[in-house]
Amino acid sequence: MSLLELKNVTLRFGGLVAVNDVSFSVEEGEVFALVGPNGAGKSTILNMISRLYTPAEGDILFEGKSILGAEPHDVPVLGIARTFQNIELFEQASVLQNLLVGRHTHCRSNFLTDMLFTPFVRAQERVHREAVEHVIDFLDLQPYRQKLIAGLPYGVRKVVEMGRALAVKPRLLLLDEPASGLSVEETQDVAFWIEDIKKVMGVTVLMVEHDMHLVSSVSDRVMALADGSMLSIGTPQEVQTDPAVIEAYLGSDDGTESGEAA
Amino acid sequence: MDILQLIVSGLANGCVYGLIALGFVLIYKATEAVNFAQGDFMMLGAFITLGFTNADHMDLPFWLSVILAIGIMGILGYLLDMIVLRRMFGQSQVAVVILTIALGFVIRFIAGLIWGHEPQSLESPLSGLELRFGGLVLGMDEVWVIIVTVALTALLYVFFARTKLGIGMQASSQNQLAAYYMGIPVKRIHSMIWALSGVVAAIAGILFASKGSIDPTAGLLGIKAFAAAVIGGFGSLPGALLGGIIVGLVEPFAARYMPAGYSQIFPYLILVVMLVVRPHGILSQIQTKKV
Repeated sequence: MSLLELKNVTLRFGGLVAVNDVSFSVEEGEVFALVGPNGAGKSTILNMISRLYTPAEGDILFEGKSILGAEPHDVPVLGIARTFQNIELFEQASVLQNLLVGRHTHCRSNFLTDMLFTPFVRAQERVHREAVEHVIDFLDLQPYRQKLIAGLPYGVRKVVEMGRALAVKPRLLLLDEPASGLSVEETQDVAFWIEDIKKVMGVTVLMVEHDMHLVSSVSDRVMALADGSMLSIGTPQEVQTDPAVIEAYLGSDDGTESGEAA
Repeated sequence: MDILQLIVSGLANGCVYGLIALGFVLIYKATEAVNFAQGDFMMLGAFITLGFTNADHMDLPFWLSVILAIGIMGILGYLLDMIVLRRMFGQSQVAVVILTIALGFVIRFIAGLIWGHEPQSLESPLSGLELRFGGLVLGMDEVWVIIVTVALTALLYVFFARTKLGIGMQASSQNQLAAYYMGIPVKRIHSMIWALSGVVAAIAGILFASKGSIDPTAGLLGIKAFAAAVIGGFGSLPGALLGGIIVGLVEPFAARYMPAGYSQIFPYLILVVMLVVRPHGILSQIQTKKV
């Protein structure tokens, strides 16, 4: 059984078909990348998995069960965490606090014990703090632990957001353009982390990314999309050499469609 | 001695303004809507208590009535968000503002229908009692208002700093999308915030009514509390209380040392000066968004 499976998923915005009859499955323990030109429907697919949009047709299965009945706030409970293309952090909170909010779904205390700060709550806090410290060590965020997000540079925020998603302890991690806006060195760090997320933490990764260098260095499988439809699926090598993909990116080479924009 | 009495009565008034302002800020921070019926919530909370406890109404024990009124206002706030305001999601802010203003009128009218338009006073066990220190006479009701406000503030502080629900509220007010994907049920949290501001309004109303009389138009006090919230820094909870206390303190002093009538103008005068000098208020938390 695949960890995540999309079956003939279609989504329309008014008359526009954003995602057209897309099917694929993500196996446990792999890094799966979605690539394609802008507007291909990659982020829309992530947004459907994270239940922001509901497909008009088709089904999305996680661990064999349909998740179309779930609300967005149920998604992390299922074991799916995500990051956003345009970083969504709690700006007026510290890095540590942001990561701790990631532990929300693991909170076992209730209102009264919280108010009274009972020994049980204190013990729980320690467990959460330890889990978060683990993530901080993993992503080298130690120097920023107590810093407010509002004052942090873009690259660090991007890492904090990934850390917060990891604090959820997901089985599937959705990364929406983890390297966009990052320098070459920062992108290399992201590549190492994705490797480690897969190998050390055992988390399956589904990502949307434009940087083909990053995609081919970390992904086990890649799916290329254009205009909401599937073009090609396979290893990074196979997809990059697929004529249909080259055509979508560069336009056709026989000159017959030279009038169309690539 | 005179000054001390002015301070105490100013503080007591200020606490009520502060609590109403707190209701404004709670809802604004979380949902970006301004609830202009907040003052009327306060009035309604007071009248519900009065209706339960006063001898010529239901004559229930005072503390039971207080608990009932707080509970009813909490549920009312929750349902109001769930049934009415959630449907306004995605509408412009102006629509929500108009809605809450209309809601205020409706509450005022209904309160008048049920309890009459005449001023009435809440029969609390505290009214009429006095605290004497030498030559100083302080109304027990006023001292009580201050004590309850301080206690409530402390309780709210613990609530927001420690509890899962409180932190969920803070998280969803800072970033709804992120809150969703941390597993926080944002819609339910919004309703809980309306419930909380209903509860705070009820407490403010009970305090207000126990130190004077109340009639259905008392909710217009909300406008003064709104000014207080802006002065303190809209979006800051401590700022709301601070703004309330400033407005409350200014009034009795203006009444005492200025020609008649000026005391009513003063809160708004401060508001205007504040908007010119420091538009985000004293304890502002509003950050300009960088693109």
